[in-house]
Amino acid sequence: MSINTASVPLPAWLEVVVIPILNLLMALFSAGLIMLAIGVNPLEALGFMIQGALGDDYALGYTLYYTTNFIFTGLAVAIAFHASLFNIGGEGQAYIGGLGVALVFLLLDRYLPAVLLVPLGIAAAALFGAAWAFIPGWLQAYRGSHIVITTIMFNFIAASLMVYLLVNVLIQPGQMSPESRAFEPAAWMPSMKAALAPFGIDLVSTPLNLSLVLALVCCVLVWFYIWRTRWGYELRTAGFSEPAARYAGIRPRGVIVTAMCLSGALAGLVAVNEIMGVHHRLLLNFPAGYGFTGIAVSLMGRNHPIGIVVASLLFGVLYQGGAELAFEIPGITREMVVAIQGLIILFSGALALMLRPLVVRLYLRVKPVESLGPATA
Amino acid sequence: MSEWLPSVFAVLDATLRVSTPLILAAMAGLFSERSGIVDISLEGKMLAAAFAAGSVAAVSGSVWLALLSAVLVSVALALLHGFACITHRGNQVVSGLAINILASGLTVVLGIAWFKRGGQTPALSGDARFSPIELPFAEQISDVPVVGRFYADVISGHNLLVYVAFAAVVATWWFVYRTRFGLRLRAVGENPLAVDTAGLSVSGLRYSAVAICGLLAGIAGAYLSTAQNASFVREMTAGQGYIALAALIFGKWRPLAALLACLMFGFLDAVSIRLQGVELPGIGEVPVQAIQALPYVLTVILLAGFIGKAVAPKAVGVPFVKER
Repeated sequence: MSINTASVPLPAWLEVVVIPILNLLMALFSAGLIMLAIGVNPLEALGFMIQGALGDDYALGYTLYYTTNFIFTGLAVAIAFHASLFNIGGEGQAYIGGLGVALVFLLLDRYLPAVLLVPLGIAAAALFGAAWAFIPGWLQAYRGSHIVITTIMFNFIAASLMVYLLVNVLIQPGQMSPESRAFEPAAWMPSMKAALAPFGIDLVSTPLNLSLVLALVCCVLVWFYIWRTRWGYELRTAGFSEPAARYAGIRPRGVIVTAMCLSGALAGLVAVNEIMGVHHRLLLNFPAGYGFTGIAVSLMGRNHPIGIVVASLLFGVLYQGGAELAFEIPGITREMVVAIQGLIILFSGALALMLRPLVVRLYLRVKPVESLGPATA
Repeated sequence: MSEWLPSVFAVLDATLRVSTPLILAAMAGLFSERSGIVDISLEGKMLAAAFAAGSVAAVSGSVWLALLSAVLVSVALALLHGFACITHRGNQVVSGLAINILASGLTVVLGIAWFKRGGQTPALSGDARFSPIELPFAEQISDVPVVGRFYADVISGHNLLVYVAFAAVVATWWFVYRTRFGLRLRAVGENPLAVDTAGLSVSGLRYSAVAICGLLAGIAGAYLSTAQNASFVREMTAGQGYIALAALIFGKWRPLAALLACLMFGFLDAVSIRLQGVELPGIGEVPVQAIQALPYVLTVILLAGFIGKAVAPKAVGVPFVKER
């Protein structure tokens, strides 16, 4: 009796909760095998990671600071996914978003008050990120070039452009390292410590800043846009079936360009957290792979803002915990986190459907056949 | 004339050296993509293979064992890609990305755990590396003006893998266009249903294609750590897998055109090092970064259809569903 398991519907809790968790466990199990292979006790390592990421206020601050980046890039990938576009260019879009922030601040930070500077910086990050995603989007919509390849190429072009600008143009005169001058404190995104101090809440000093609030607001906005507006409906329709969208009077080309611009804007906001919130200057390679991690986050979070927040938190724990782990256990390095990330993308993304037939068989064994819809008759 | 000729020859010589991994990787990608499997994981396969070769050469001292292990590791990753994309119909871009990220992390983790040199493998020498080969008569005809010097300085004196890369292009062309397997390979990338109707296994053909892809990417990786350089260095592929992919697209998924694209990108790379800080007449100093970004910019322009049109194999990226 071979049945086509792909067409058997599963209840939502199995599809959305159990299978993703099983996939994650397989990834972590594989990571454990790698640790065993290099002579590290995986359970001990897991303990260090959780302690190092959630153990105290200081650790938690760092974890949430990483989480902020992942929410932005995760949302960026998700919104493009809903239009069935694969935006691999988050890395470059975040980088160029940083350029936008730096240009605005280097020109204006000495003349304007914080009330104007902070919104201007956020707008610049979003706008520059969007502009860098607009070109691949436009090329896909009007010239038919594939978005995956173009966004990969744009990551490299962005990297070359930024090296050139930082080494030759934006570098602080008389300095060796390719960085811009530091911005005036009025242009900084207030740290969480400073923001909560007036309310009598005393936090330890960490890179965590108000960008986290911005990220959570973006989650709500993205949810509202995708599922509660006409544009979101058009986006999902065009993503689901282009001919159907056309028939319904939707212009798929416009949707592609809009979706990519929104995606790029969200990725650009990484610069708000990194450049406005933490470094307060433009520096080389600040996106540090956050754009790529966004793909893993979005895959794990099933392209839904709630899932993305949960997945971002998980990756925040992984990043911060991984950094602590490298301190605690000699012979293990931060790159372990990169390897784990690769495994998560593999099992939660590429092999997402591997366990489904097994789950379907188990489910059918528990549930008798009459619970199946007519689709499988 | 005799004044600038040696430097032109030096640039061409360097072009061959830096083009070799691109050529091998582009031919690897050609097999995979012509069979309908998108492969952005050339980068990861090369990196993992370079690490395997560097490690095994350092431990065993044998460059042949190094090459073998590089190929094995790369083929294993290719089959993993196949397992995800062919057997489980996973997203091919996601799978490729996973392999790239996994390789990027794992090579450093294992490198530090095994050799404790910050991710580098021990330096290789002697039999643990591919050494330059003097082609026959290079010495004798080097006195012949231009042609003789060209043969002696540019063509001769490379290591074995450089010549293997060029042989791979010819072999790829012959395989893809002149054999039964090649015809089926192209068919499965254009119209897998037709291949299936003819009674051939779509999965079987695609698995063989990704395995060949792994083989060639493995040689490219071994070249990086045991021929071009004398050890594995973390992130030593530095985007070359993506440049090879760009060259493959630039060559419109055809072996000889892809070879020319690789040579062009390699030439740009070789020239960019020499142009550093040099004033060009009429243009001024060209930023190195501009030349480095040129392959990517050119590929974007080509894909946009502004210079010719690159048409991908029709079924590329689409998982094959037999039952309906």
